[in-house]
Amino acid sequence: MMKLNVNGSDRQVDADPDTPLLYVLRDDLQLNAAKFGCGLGQCGSCTVIVDGKAVLSCVTPVVLLEGRKVTTLEGLGTIEAPAPIQRAFIEEQAAQCGYCIAGMMMRAQALLQRNSKPTEAEIRAELGLHLCRCGTHMRILRAMHRAAKLMQTADASPTQRRTP
Amino acid sequence: MASPRMIGGIVAIAVIAGAIAAAAIVWRPAIAAIEPPAPQSFDSALVKRGRDLADIGNCNDCHTVRGAKDFAGGLAVPTPFGIIYSSNITPDPETGIGRWSEAAFRRAMQSGVDRDGRHLYPTFPYDHFTHVSDEDDRALYAYLMTRRPVHAPARDNQLSFPFNQRLVVAGWKLLFLRPGSYQPDLTKSTEWNRGAYLVEGLAHCGACHTPRNALGAERTRAAFAGGDVDDWHAFAINSQSPAPVPWDADALFMYLRQGWHPDHGVARGPMAQVVRNLSDVPESDVRAIATYIADMFGAPAPDRKRRGDDLLARAASRPAQPPSGGSGNAGGEALYAAACASCHGGERAPPYGGIDLALSSAISGPDARNAANTVLMGIRPREGERGPIMPGFADSMTDQQIAALLTYLRASFSHQPPWTDTAEIVRNARDTPADASKRDRP
Repeated sequence: MMKLNVNGSDRQVDADPDTPLLYVLRDDLQLNAAKFGCGLGQCGSCTVIVDGKAVLSCVTPVVLLEGRKVTTLEGLGTIEAPAPIQRAFIEEQAAQCGYCIAGMMMRAQALLQRNSKPTEAEIRAELGLHLCRCGTHMRILRAMHRAAKLMQTADASPTQRRTP
Repeated sequence: MASPRMIGGIVAIAVIAGAIAAAAIVWRPAIAAIEPPAPQSFDSALVKRGRDLADIGNCNDCHTVRGAKDFAGGLAVPTPFGIIYSSNITPDPETGIGRWSEAAFRRAMQSGVDRDGRHLYPTFPYDHFTHVSDEDDRALYAYLMTRRPVHAPARDNQLSFPFNQRLVVAGWKLLFLRPGSYQPDLTKSTEWNRGAYLVEGLAHCGACHTPRNALGAERTRAAFAGGDVDDWHAFAINSQSPAPVPWDADALFMYLRQGWHPDHGVARGPMAQVVRNLSDVPESDVRAIATYIADMFGAPAPDRKRRGDDLLARAASRPAQPPSGGSGNAGGEALYAAACASCHGGERAPPYGGIDLALSSAISGPDARNAANTVLMGIRPREGERGPIMPGFADSMTDQQIAALLTYLRASFSHQPPWTDTAEIVRNARDTPADASKRDRP
């Protein structure tokens, strides 16, 4: 058994230390927002936040996460009370099939937490390693700018906010 | 007995003679400014050849800041003596080389003097460019003078005394600049000579791959023995090469042309721009470079050759079985198994999978810097570039974990003695990320 801090609570998981975080999140903790895409750290759909930084959960063994804080999309907001980043993606209708979007939002969230006003170039560079085959890239970029504004005006950064 | 007056006279004459001699070394006349020539006055075939030559010379790597205008200069080049900024080589009349005649351009290439007669710092590698033929200088000039002019004033270098005095450069040249065109070696093939001309001249491979002395000049007696640049190690490309599988001309050609080779790995760090540029030039020139460099490596000793063949045979029987247990480094071993082996020990060879680390020059290299850079930042093709991808682990692994991992990789996947200072190198690599951002817009 090992202890993992996910979305603010300590969870006991029965997993080998070399198990990728993604498997633990999906199979043991039923947190299904992070997606299995390539399993090789090349597509970005499994991205979650660890200690404020975007991390590819499919190539992150849980042995690395002792004493660290993991945040998944479920930890940002709910259907009733979506976080600013989620609201922005909904308002811009930035998802088509949506498979990559949870990962995109997590990296976007990490970026906006450390840089509240990223430039277009910074956003593009940051999201450059996320693959999306539907082609909603322009909407995703718009959603990023919208999220930056929302975070500055309406809501506090969701990390400070406890979700129910 | 000489009178004081006579001694005074002799001293005065000596001083004057010395001053004249010094002036002759230091002083270079300005070359008259010209009206910027119209782009259409240049022959288009010459311009095209100039483009290929500029790619071989890797000009855009220093003279273009990533994301900014082509050839407008302004890139900070760190040196042990301070920071030197690259110059604007667009044909802008005020801030570029728009008023430079071809003779002025050729003088800069051959002896490192600008149109005004000022000595240029040898970060501009005229110790190599001096070997470029007049004909190739003409083509390069035609290419640069037909680029889009960009108004971009030079940035002030950040050098301390005495290095901020350009006459110091004149002394440097006396010691280290060996001007003169390339003299072919008639005992070698045409292709070898073409390669030697390019490698020693325009391509200036030694600028990174040859170690430098305390005055920043290449140690020609240690030619191609490996150097350090931009927080990366440029591997030795002579008989001291750390490559587990000995290089040959075919492998070099493939690597230089496409940026990676399944038996050697991926070109990263400053080499990434080199291979990007070489992907575009005439194939025959890349072949010639490969032929010459293969000769610099020399034929491998029989035991080295045998070990390389063994490694290749083992790598061919993928999935490679990671050596398990007994490493005495359970932490590093667990990290390899959990985070690396899915690609590096998987069934797919590069570019779709990771290289068998027993073949990697980074793991067999003289220090941990390149491996640390790669683990931290991963490998990411630049926009529009094709090439292998590796995720970076900077945000998921601590310095301590990366150091343990690197120590394990070194012990298990190379025949070399353990690295020293691995932990410190990892810390430095994280503090001064050696990624392309160094060359990004300031």
